[in-house]
Amino acid sequence: MKELALHILDIAENSIRAGASLIEIIVDEDGERDRITIEIRDNGCGMDQDTLSRVLDPFFTTKDVRRVGMGLSLFRRAAEGTGGHFYIDSTPDSGTTVRAVFGYSHIDRQPMGDMASTVSGLLLSHGEIDIFYKHIIGSDEFVFDTRDIRIVLEDTPITSPEVIQFITTMIREKKNLE
Amino acid sequence: MAKMTIEDLRKIREQAKRSRNLREGEGNARITIHMGTCGIAAGAREVMDALLKAIDEHAVRSVLVTTSGCAGLCSHEPMATVEYADSPPVKYVNLDSNKIVRILLEHAVEGNVVKEFAFAIGSEKMS
Repeated sequence: MKELALHILDIAENSIRAGASLIEIIVDEDGERDRITIEIRDNGCGMDQDTLSRVLDPFFTTKDVRRVGMGLSLFRRAAEGTGGHFYIDSTPDSGTTVRAVFGYSHIDRQPMGDMASTVSGLLLSHGEIDIFYKHIIGSDEFVFDTRDIRIVLEDTPITSPEVIQFITTMIREKKNLE
Repeated sequence: MAKMTIEDLRKIREQAKRSRNLREGEGNARITIHMGTCGIAAGAREVMDALLKAIDEHAVRSVLVTTSGCAGLCSHEPMATVEYADSPPVKYVNLDSNKIVRILLEHAVEGNVVKEFAFAIGSEKMS
């Protein structure tokens, strides 16, 4: 994938397929410790130990259209290729957590990319799901939470074009809602 | 730069309400962009962006956009499936930002299949 934001989109789609009602995406760019940590946590159906032990194998998938499932193994390889590491854990009926740590300054580390497009793309096609997205860059913290947005919107759908535009701008410019 | 306040969001809410009231009838077309790992790697997100932008620019109100996972034809990604009214679904392949806009305007809005980009209609493969 050309951007880390595309890996995040890919893994979040897994969460949606697992029936998650909340997806938490936390990105921590820590230049001082030379690492970027990406954590994607969901409250979907989770996996049992047997499935979990096979999930990083690209030739294992729970989908029935193909015999490969590459997203997690590609994400892990991307992280490890920059001197980082990868972690996944899951509990049935509780959810799954994926954490990928990248070497911030490593030459093979992809750019962060377009998180606004990733988050608004997820929302637009799955407007009933809540997304909590926190992005830390050094000492600055940006938080986007669909639950806060929904409170203000009342019965107006979060997928209305004007709202999606607002959200895209908010995330692109990393402006916290005040 | 200006802050983004709750008040701004309230105004957006009012705008969205007014736009919804102007909409003529419910959606009669659905475009599904395939967002499996293969699709995302091939550029499905950019195709989705171009589609959403075109919907906004042309004020299209009758089309629903959704995503699904891998359709099993990874070498033809990015792909989209268009369902227009009661017609059989049409699978479009090898898409880019330009093609999806034509598909939106000609097929999803007007009902005319864009044959040059179509792979299959219903279960019939285009020859």
